Amino acid sequence: MNGAQVVVAAFEREDVDFVFGYPGGACMPIFDALVDASKLKLVLVRHEQGGTHMADGYARATGKPGVVLVTSGPGATNTVTGLLTAQMDSVPLVVVTGQTMTVNLGKDAFQEADVFGVTMPVVKHSYLVKDVNDLPRVMKEAFHLASSGRPGPVLVDIPKDVQTAGCTADFPDEVDMPGYQVQTRCAPDDLQRTADLIMNSKRPLLYVGAGAVISQAGKQVRALAEKLGAPVTTTLLGKGAFPETHELSVGMLGMHGTAYANKTVVDCDLIMAIGARWDDRITGKVSAFCPDAVKIHIDIDPAEFGKIIQPDVSLQGDASLVLADLLPLVKSLKTKPWLTQIAKWKQRHPLKYPKRGGLRAQHILDELDRLTESRGVIATDVGQHQMWAAQFCKSCRERQWLSSGGAGTMGYGLPAALGAQFGCPDDLVIAVVGDGGFQMTQFELATAAIHKLPVKILVINNSYLGMVRQWQQLFFDNRESGVGMEGNPDFVKLAEAYGIKSFRIRRAGDITRVLKKALDYNAGPVLIDAVVVKADNVFPMIPSGAPVSDMLIEEPPPTTKLEKPVGST
Amino acid sequence: MEEQFTISIFVNNKPGVLVRIAQTFARRGYNVASLVVSAAHDPQFSRMTIVVQGSPADFDQILRQLNKLVDVVHASHHESSDSVDREMALFKVEVSAERRSEVFQVVEVFRAKTVDITERSLIIETTGNSSKIDALERLLGTMGLVEMIRTGKLIMARGAAET
Ligand SMILES: Cc1ncc(C[n+]2csc(CCOP(=O)(O)OP(=O)(O)O)c2C)c(N)n1
Ligand SMILES: [Mg+2]
Repeated sequence: MNGAQVVVAAFEREDVDFVFGYPGGACMPIFDALVDASKLKLVLVRHEQGGTHMADGYARATGKPGVVLVTSGPGATNTVTGLLTAQMDSVPLVVVTGQTMTVNLGKDAFQEADVFGVTMPVVKHSYLVKDVNDLPRVMKEAFHLASSGRPGPVLVDIPKDVQTAGCTADFPDEVDMPGYQVQTRCAPDDLQRTADLIMNSKRPLLYVGAGAVISQAGKQVRALAEKLGAPVTTTLLGKGAFPETHELSVGMLGMHGTAYANKTVVDCDLIMAIGARWDDRITGKVSAFCPDAVKIHIDIDPAEFGKIIQPDVSLQGDASLVLADLLPLVKSLKTKPWLTQIAKWKQRHPLKYPKRGGLRAQHILDELDRLTESRGVIATDVGQHQMWAAQFCKSCRERQWLSSGGAGTMGYGLPAALGAQFGCPDDLVIAVVGDGGFQMTQFELATAAIHKLPVKILVINNSYLGMVRQWQQLFFDNRESGVGMEGNPDFVKLAEAYGIKSFRIRRAGDITRVLKKALDYNAGPVLIDAVVVKADNVFPMIPSGAPVSDMLIEEPPPTTKLEKPVGST
Repeated sequence: MEEQFTISIFVNNKPGVLVRIAQTFARRGYNVASLVVSAAHDPQFSRMTIVVQGSPADFDQILRQLNKLVDVVHASHHESSDSVDREMALFKVEVSAERRSEVFQVVEVFRAKTVDITERSLIIETTGNSSKIDALERLLGTMGLVEMIRTGKLIMARGAAET
């Protein structure tokens, strides 16, 4: 076997079914080896960023690592945004990049880039393979690292001469990495201490993040919530780890979370983070975040403990196992008064939107959720539409919600939806994208069309970079600067140019009819251009850096002057 | 207020390890005051002693981030009470033949060594803990010191404890 064949054999050994790739000189031997691979399919994407997000969407939807194969230099640097996106949200990827010949390294050879160096801060780990006999071990380690512990992207840079050199080494049976150990269960003492703290709580709250999704801890989260009678809030990336249709759910918390989730945060006496990392979009002003509540933190990554918030107890381990061990130690709590209070908040401050005065994104997403009975796998882009989708499209199971949270990467939504549809061909996959972000990776429409993926692409078209416009309106005296999207193409015609079926929604009265038509069409992708009111705003909102209690539940009157936020935008 | 911390790190002897460690400090605005790397007894691994300067509030987190690196087998913080620390330094002093004896006296008191001698200059070598070297530097500074280089601190845990 040569190096290229080792790479493909490694893919097959790891049960890879799709490789999202884009060819070029430095990876041609691997592309050549793929011709003989019968078990896996090469998906030719239209841009390496698109390919990386596609692998990411595949990984988030299936739980298996997504695989990317690109050439050296610009091919490799085009994956950087996708690597960052995956790194921030703990998504398992194995990205193989071709590299110039070993003898030319460091000599500015054609299409040489120090990819190992460029990507180092945005990967979980990376390799530059200079000896072909290291390749079987490196490939095995790469898949192990990407998908175990706190998952993340792993990059393997392989010079072209290593791809063509003969390899005599075998794949090792086990990985041997003395610097990499994953602790999945925590100490019994800490569990008992946690249980004691919980049993003393009158107003507990489970705050559930992406870690619970990755760990498939939905069952245990639910068992704990129901046993205690504790309300549950999920982060943007935790959506689906607890059904948002459950009566104990208070929905999403944080900057654009529900008013009742944030009120629950402010008033709780114990908050238990389950695979969540006290992100600044959640805590607002950290010193004012639940100052008097007991804090418990479950995470598989010990570097998260005390990074933002010092917990009273930290439980290092895999969320599902830690919760399973904790469950027998706790009993039902008397939370009736607490739940009654929360029910009142839900009643007083529901998520709402005007159904008159023009077409609203919220109305479409609310109707989409109703028509699909919250079954859809939703991939979003980044902006206002993302927050509205998070508010109105309920998630009921893990891996049903794919969104770039940590990095907030515009351009993520469409390719991620395609990756999810490749991985889950029988699921209903919906991309909810903004007119701005859609145009950052819209070229992947070709990939959708060629593979006849039945994704539904909903473009929330407000002719604005809406989220930035909202900030300019609220905090910069409505001085618009670089946010108008005049020059948008006709998205219906654009889709048609790719041979993609498309519809337009202009009026609220069209919503149900058009959505039904699009949902019924499964012969290939379908795009809906939803021309919504231009200057709508997302509420509730906690201005960044402000305490959670400063939440603006509704749009303040236009004359209100808000202070410029102190936190990062 | 910034403080100094001494960290020992046991790592895989592989390319890129040093960069990852340096990035972990740089990202948090820590300055590396000194850095010593050498192969360990088992040449598959290397040992590093790093002295860094930065805010104590971030230190525990940085140590966790270091331990999280795949190539780091372990990273630990050391206080002077639990470990032996040594540093070596070379000093070049420009001094005329008449005033050499003053310098020799200092060399003797500090149990340092003169390792090179010309008509107009001396090179002095010393080993000791960092404060001894600081003191010697201060004294020689008044006697024509023109160049100095220090190896940076090396540490080893006392007794049976692993560094
Ligand atoms: C790659 C990238 N560039 C810039 C931003 C900053 N940003 C965040 S939201 C946003 C506006 C998004 O506009 P659009 O896609 O139309 O969505 P809308 O907010 O209008 O729903 C921008 C520019 C970003 N998140 N990602
Ligand atoms: Mg927009």
